[in-house]
Amino acid sequence: MLIQKPSDIRPSEITSRDNYLNRRRFLEAGIAAGSAFVAGPAFPALLPQRARAALEFGSSEYSTDEPPNSYEEITTYNNYYEFGTDKADPQRNAQDFETRPWTITVDGHAEVTGRFDLDDFVKPHALQERIYRMRCVEAWSMVIPWVGIPLVDLVRHFRPTAAAKYVLFESLHDPERMPGQSSRVLRWPYREALTIAEATNVLPILAVGLYGEVLPNQNGAPLRLVVPWKYGFKGIKGIVRMSFVETQPRTTWEMAAPNEYGFYANVNPGVNHPRWSQAMERRIGSSLFAPKQPTLMWNGYGEQVAQLYEGLDLRRNF
Amino acid sequence: MDTLTKVLYVGKPVVFLLCLVPAATIVAQAFGLAGGLGANPIEAIQDHFGNWGLRFILIALAVTPLRLISGRNWIGRFRRMLGLFAFFYVAMHFLAWLVLDQSMNWQAIIADISERPFITIGFAALVMLSAMAATSTTGMRRRLGRRWQQLHNGVYAVGALGVWHYWWQVKADIREPLVYALVLAALLAYRAWYRLRGRKRAQARAHARAFDSAG
Repeated sequence: MLIQKPSDIRPSEITSRDNYLNRRRFLEAGIAAGSAFVAGPAFPALLPQRARAALEFGSSEYSTDEPPNSYEEITTYNNYYEFGTDKADPQRNAQDFETRPWTITVDGHAEVTGRFDLDDFVKPHALQERIYRMRCVEAWSMVIPWVGIPLVDLVRHFRPTAAAKYVLFESLHDPERMPGQSSRVLRWPYREALTIAEATNVLPILAVGLYGEVLPNQNGAPLRLVVPWKYGFKGIKGIVRMSFVETQPRTTWEMAAPNEYGFYANVNPGVNHPRWSQAMERRIGSSLFAPKQPTLMWNGYGEQVAQLYEGLDLRRNF
Repeated sequence: MDTLTKVLYVGKPVVFLLCLVPAATIVAQAFGLAGGLGANPIEAIQDHFGNWGLRFILIALAVTPLRLISGRNWIGRFRRMLGLFAFFYVAMHFLAWLVLDQSMNWQAIIADISERPFITIGFAALVMLSAMAATSTTGMRRRLGRRWQQLHNGVYAVGALGVWHYWWQVKADIREPLVYALVLAALLAYRAWYRLRGRKRAQARAHARAFDSAG
């Protein structure tokens, strides 16, 4: 017997694609007009606290023009084990999660370190929309219109020293607020990391928004990482710590199964997961009888990132 | 009405309809009812049939222990139907994978069966279940004689392969496959205990007879 709680989002509240595109055109026109007068960031990042409040942002040349997945698809099918291991769990269990106040600790080998309130953390930077492909290690994919800050801007802001070789991120660890953490399915807090070269690449962003609005809790609010050429699990959610470290950190999924999930986790159709193939992917939202589509090397972002891995044995460094 | 009539004309139709409920649920979801199929309908269909296949294998395996424990022999009359429903759900799981997930791309299908151990063991379980379904008629049972029981004892192996197949494809949360594994272990343990006890009783009887004839 299936007795389901009705979704908290009424269908009428879901932004239709037409409205969304209209709004984007409107905002882009605004940016063009505004940037003629304003120097510096067109829109300093001001984060409204209200869920689904509209954000102001610029556009990016790195956005794909593939049609994005619907708001409903992106917000009801989530891997966020802090709120449960079923893909429908985060949407159900994260609704009452409070994202304010939110403090982010920056430490390690950097000239600027300390504890920052979320607003102070993002304020010096301009928000951008980045419509990215997202490829999950489970062989499905989406196209997601994120809004966020280029990670390179943040990293530069904290001025890492020469000793900083990696950037380590940690999620909130609070089993009271994140019910999934009462199970030991993963080692908490969730940890992810990038090399400093990866972190200063043009593509990664720290996302604060989705579809032009404040990021929903189930997608990692208030702050999550998006690294579009890597498998989705690199996109750590609910970030509370950013550390500049010298040695390669051990990351959550790598610790859970080192022979299955590597540190790099670059999307690579030629290197299969030990238990399943990575050659193809199912695009969420495609028709029931549509075949899977081939997965692209670096998830199609080779132009921006292939040079990061020259000379690296991708079979061993998966 | 005697028990046999009740089983044949009430019990069997009712159980048959109940066994169809999971199939009806997924059809309703495909039409957007009961919450729909979600963002990844193919995965939802495959998982649904796979889960119910495994559940029906365990339900069918529970028939004999239930009959022995309760002493109600009519329970055994549902065994074949439940076993055939296990085959039905497993076959639907396989067909969903073949048609929806793999889009009948035979090259990819053969590669997956031969190279992905969790798919290999799932496929092996399907082949064994198919053989059991094909020989499930009374006529086949009579024709095969002793070998029929040997073949159908394979259902324990099918249960183990099924749990293993499930266990091997989850990423980290093994709680659900663990529940199936524990149920299967309990059913197997009961059978083992029952056999052992039977052998001991037979030995005791043989002993007693020897003693009698000696006396």
